[in-house]
Amino acid sequence: MATLSGDAFQLEPQLAAAPLPALLHVAIRPARGWSSLELGEVWQYRELLLFLIWRDIKVRYKQTALGAAWAILQPVFSMVVFSLFFGRLAKVPSDGIPYPVFAYCALLPWQLFAYALTESSNSVVANERLITKVYFPRLVIPVAGVLAGLVDFAIAFSVLIILLLSYGIHPTWTVATLPLFVLLAILTALAVGLWLSALNVQYRDVRYTVGFLTQLWLFLSPVAYPSSLVPERWRPLYGLNPMAGVVEGFRWALLGKTPAPGAMLAVSVLVVILLLAGGLFYFRRMENSFADVI
Amino acid sequence: MSDLAIRCEGIAKQYQIGERETYRALRDALTEAFTAPFRRVQAALRRGDGGAPGGPPTIWAVKDISFEVRQGEVLGVIGRNGAGKSTLLKILSRITKPTRGTADIYGRVGSLLEVGTGFHPELTGRENVYLNGAILGMKKAEIARKFDEIVDFAELTDFIDTPVKRYSSGMYVRLAFAVAAHLETEVLFVDEVLAVGDADFQTKCLGKMDDVAKTGRTVLFVSHSTSAIQRLCPRCILLAGGRIDFDGSTEEAIGRYLRRVATDRYSAAADLEKPTITLASCEWVKREQCIVIRIGFQAPFPLYPPIVGVIVCDSARLPVFGTNQRFEHDDNLPKSMQNGIIEVCVSTSALRAGTYSISLWLADQYNDYCELRDVLSVQVDGPLPSGPQPPRSWIGSARLHTSYKYYEGDPNLMIGDARLV
Repeated sequence: MATLSGDAFQLEPQLAAAPLPALLHVAIRPARGWSSLELGEVWQYRELLLFLIWRDIKVRYKQTALGAAWAILQPVFSMVVFSLFFGRLAKVPSDGIPYPVFAYCALLPWQLFAYALTESSNSVVANERLITKVYFPRLVIPVAGVLAGLVDFAIAFSVLIILLLSYGIHPTWTVATLPLFVLLAILTALAVGLWLSALNVQYRDVRYTVGFLTQLWLFLSPVAYPSSLVPERWRPLYGLNPMAGVVEGFRWALLGKTPAPGAMLAVSVLVVILLLAGGLFYFRRMENSFADVI
Repeated sequence: MSDLAIRCEGIAKQYQIGERETYRALRDALTEAFTAPFRRVQAALRRGDGGAPGGPPTIWAVKDISFEVRQGEVLGVIGRNGAGKSTLLKILSRITKPTRGTADIYGRVGSLLEVGTGFHPELTGRENVYLNGAILGMKKAEIARKFDEIVDFAELTDFIDTPVKRYSSGMYVRLAFAVAAHLETEVLFVDEVLAVGDADFQTKCLGKMDDVAKTGRTVLFVSHSTSAIQRLCPRCILLAGGRIDFDGSTEEAIGRYLRRVATDRYSAAADLEKPTITLASCEWVKREQCIVIRIGFQAPFPLYPPIVGVIVCDSARLPVFGTNQRFEHDDNLPKSMQNGIIEVCVSTSALRAGTYSISLWLADQYNDYCELRDVLSVQVDGPLPSGPQPPRSWIGSARLHTSYKYYEGDPNLMIGDARLV
């Protein structure tokens, strides 16, 4: 039968003559438990990653009356409410920083984290069509979900600059470390997002959990209150919540007045590394069945 | 072998069936976690008998699929719904993993399982071209280079900066296909994507696929359309029940396929939104010389009146006969019906022996709800022992009643004969 087809198809000889470059070899094998991360492949698909981020950003505020102003309104309103209730009424201490600045410095990374976490947790299910119809490294999807949040962050950051200027606060050299804390916030969201997005494919319970989880997490993080409220010896333990390290790190980097969150931050970084590594492997393991289960 | 493009060895894919509609809740997983060790022991005891009784029911979507495709070859894959075509394509496109078996593909792989994957309604045509191109695996520079060609092909030059949600469905699929058609990978998997747009555009798509095939790229082409397969692929694989039934010349594969599609039964799940044909069956009743077609339907609202259309086509897919109660009035037609079975008897006394395919259609007085093309097929045996016959393309499928009379003599003298006036 094979010869039959060969005879019928005349193009064969010409093709054999054409010098073909070394062809890519794609090996398809049954899924066998844990597999390697193949982050190199994700890098190969970086253009797709950028396109997906671009799509999310482009589409987000389409057909909204206020558009990108939402990126500012959300943290600003949260700041106002926090200042009023926690700062003014409940008299929560703020380490000697004006409460609005104190809260806004924390709300910035917090909103970045909360948004990135929500987006990445739902990303795989939301992109069902892509997953069942096209091949690409699935990791691209939650990563894109997380990174798309950076634009909102940048917009909201402009308000912070105005806020700092109006309170006459000048950042010190510590501000140079800020990108590291942004990175840590992103990685925290990605680490948790990887677990949740993969779980979400099989258990739609995740969809309902995420909102609740972020709410709870907000109060477990020193956003409305300073971590100095937590007794000194418990602080490394408090760092088990990576967002505690991120938020205090933000305040330290921007305002330079609070003490550097040394031990707490170290614990946070360690937790993120473990969560992220676990999340990556878990995601890679689960992705084999995404197209079948989703 | 250096000129090999695709090699499949014993590819098999098992799916769990049943309870797939409901998502697993965490609660279920927790109970399972407790019972799993016990079931694992059970399964170990039973190992070897294939289907695990007690466990969730499983089905092999494809099994023992082995074939090789050489570079530049264009291979067709045909088979009925559920024969495993799409599963095979999904495995080869790396969307899902095989349960068993291996496959090796040499070259950059592009797969078009659907046109317009990832199209976003809010984005403009231009933006979607770039997005969709990236999703299909094209580089940005590559898309930019082909952009004008793509837009020209889609015939959408004036609308390229309009959000695609304002496009007509025809414009939408034209743009989507245009992007897909310009994907230049060494190996290409194509699933039914040619059936888009109007007739003119379909011809254009087929032409484009012809070009693709001629550039020496390896193409695996899955389709229901035997004519498209015939045109594009010299070699064809016929899948049946998840296995390769035949691998060889397209002509023979199609012949076998048409003989195989003799389905006399169809069933589908009811749709909560619109009236659906949920059951259909047909049989040829020899004694009464008729095809009895039973159409079961379920609707979320009553149909005023329940209209069913039937089209009978011959093996060349040419319609022989069609009817519905809208234009051929039926005295028994009830005023309304919401659920039920409608039995249609079509006399076959005027049909030649052969395999006929039947298309069904469900409607009420004003709206069409459900159309199933070539969903059933039925074997009609001729009343006469069939000797050598001229081909259908000469004499057609109808066998209308014919009678003959014979008068011997000089025809000129017979003019004026009373019997012949």
